Amino acid sequence: MLKLPIYLDNNSTTQMDPRVFDAMKPYFLEIYGNAASKSHPFGWAAEEAVDYARDQVASLIGANEKEIIFTSGATESNNLAIKGVFEMYANKGNHIITLSTEHKAVLDACKHLEKLGAEVTYLSVGYDGMIDPAVIEAAIKPNTILVTVMYGNNELGVVQKITEIGAICKKHGVLFHSDATQAVGKIPVDVLADHIDLMSFTAHKMYGPKGVGALYVRRKNPRVKVTAQMDGGGHERGMRSGTLNVTGIVGFGKACEIAKADMSEESTRLSGMRDRLERELLTLEESYLNGNKEHRLPHTTNISFKYVEGEGLMMGVKDVAVSSGSACTSASLEPSYVLKSLGLDDELAHSSLRFGLGRFTTEDEIDYTINLVKEAVTKLREMSPLWEMFKEGIDLKSIQWNEH
Amino acid sequence: MAYSDKVIDHYTNPRNIGTLDKSKTNVGTGLVGAPECGDVMRLQIEVDETTGIIQDAKFKTFGCGSAIASSSLATEWLKGKSIDDALNIDNMEIVEELALPPVKIHCSVLAEDAIRSAINDYRGKNGLEPIESTKIHH
Repeated sequence: MLKLPIYLDNNSTTQMDPRVFDAMKPYFLEIYGNAASKSHPFGWAAEEAVDYARDQVASLIGANEKEIIFTSGATESNNLAIKGVFEMYANKGNHIITLSTEHKAVLDACKHLEKLGAEVTYLSVGYDGMIDPAVIEAAIKPNTILVTVMYGNNELGVVQKITEIGAICKKHGVLFHSDATQAVGKIPVDVLADHIDLMSFTAHKMYGPKGVGALYVRRKNPRVKVTAQMDGGGHERGMRSGTLNVTGIVGFGKACEIAKADMSEESTRLSGMRDRLERELLTLEESYLNGNKEHRLPHTTNISFKYVEGEGLMMGVKDVAVSSGSACTSASLEPSYVLKSLGLDDELAHSSLRFGLGRFTTEDEIDYTINLVKEAVTKLREMSPLWEMFKEGIDLKSIQWNEH
Repeated sequence: MAYSDKVIDHYTNPRNIGTLDKSKTNVGTGLVGAPECGDVMRLQIEVDETTGIIQDAKFKTFGCGSAIASSSLATEWLKGKSIDDALNIDNMEIVEELALPPVKIHCSVLAEDAIRSAINDYRGKNGLEPIESTKIHH
C-alpha cells in the first residue's frame, strides 16, 4: 500500500535508519557521560563510544581515526576548513579558489574572508556543471593556499573530477578541501586516493541524525592544521572546542558503517530507479536534464519542464516532496544560482525540479511520481501562455516582456 | 509555506482558462510579467460594445499557485462588470480574498496589471485613450 506523501527530497535530509536509532538509544538516558571526563567510568564509557564511532566514520572515507574532527554538521565543517586554513596559513598566501556552484556555506565563508583580505577566485562551470581540472590548475598562483571544490553537487548531483583536482593541488603544494556532504555514504570516497586534505560531511544526509558532522583533516603528507573558530576547552585536537555530542556521534558512526556495507547494492538500486524516473519524465516534450549525465550521484536527477513554473509544478505534485530551482517563494524572485551558473536561461531554471531518491524509496513510489508529474506538467502547460506561444511557433525571445 | 484553501481551490479548479480571439475589436488582451521572473499572465476580456459590460474573461498563467489563483479569481470578478468598474479592482482585494502571504503580493499586483493592460488594449482598439496607472502599488 502506497503511503502519501512520498519523500523524494533526500538531498535536503534523509530519514534516519532505524538501525542508527537503535544504536543511539542507550546514549540518551543510560550512557550520558562527557567524553572529555577522564576521571570516572561515566566519561570513559562516553569516550569509548566516541572512539568506536570515530573509527566507523574514518573507515568509510579511508582515513585514520585521528583525522576526524567532529562538528555540528557540514556548514560548520566548511566554515572551519576554509576560515581555519585562511587563518592558519596566512603567512603562505591569501588566495582561495572555488566554484560558483558551491554550497552557500562555502561561498559565504569565502565572501566573509574577502572582507578580511582574502583574494577569492570563483570559477564558472561548464553547461553540464563540471569544472575542467585544467581550469583550476591555470587559476593557481604563488599566493594560492586553498582550493575548495564540492564532491557531488546538491542540486544537480554532478560529481567533479576530484581525484584529478586533488592531484593538481598536491603537485602545486596547495591544500585541497572538498565539501563532500552529498557524496560521502553514496559513492566511494577515499581521501588518500583523491588527494584530499580537508573534507566536510554530515550524518543527516546518510540516514543518520541531524546536528552532527565531521571535518577530515589530514595528518600526514602534508600535516594539515586549521585555526579553531570557537574558543573553549580545546576538544578535537584543539581544532573544535565544545562537549562532544556523544549520542549524535554514535549515530553518525553507525550510519557510516551501514553506508559502507550497503553502498554498492544500494547505489545500483537507486540509480536503477532514478534512471527509470528520468527516462520516463524526459519523454515529456520540451523537458531537459540539467547537469552531466555520466559523472553524478546515483540518487539525484534535476529536470526542467519548459513553459511550466517550478513552484506551480510542486503544488501540482504536492503528494511528492521534491525541490525546485524556482525561487518564486523568495522576495528576490531569483532562481537557483547553481542552475544559472550552468548558463541556463532563468526561465529554464524556474522550471526545474530536483528529485532526490533515498534508501527507503520504492519502485511503487517512483511509478506514482512518474504519473503525477506527467499529469501535472500536462495540466499546467494547458494553462501556460508560454506553452501556447511555443505551440504557435512564436519565439518567446522576440517578445518585449514588461518585467516587474 | 502552506497555501490557503482558496488558492488551492483556484489552482485545482481554475476558472476560465482559455484563449479569446485577440484579433476581434471587442477583445482586449493583457500580457504581463516575464518568463525569466517566473510569472507570465495573459488575461483577456470580451466586451459587449453597446453596454460596455465584460461578457467573458479568460486567462492563461505561467507561474506559481498564487499567480494562477490570482488570475483565475480576476477573471471571475471581471465577468459582468463594466470596463470602468473593472478598473477599480484593487490588488489588495485579491490579496485579502486569497489570503496571500506578503511574498505573494506581487502575484496580485501582476493580476491587477493584467486587468489594466487588457482594458487598455480594448480601449486602444476602439479609439479611446489608455488609462494611466496613477495608483501606487502596495
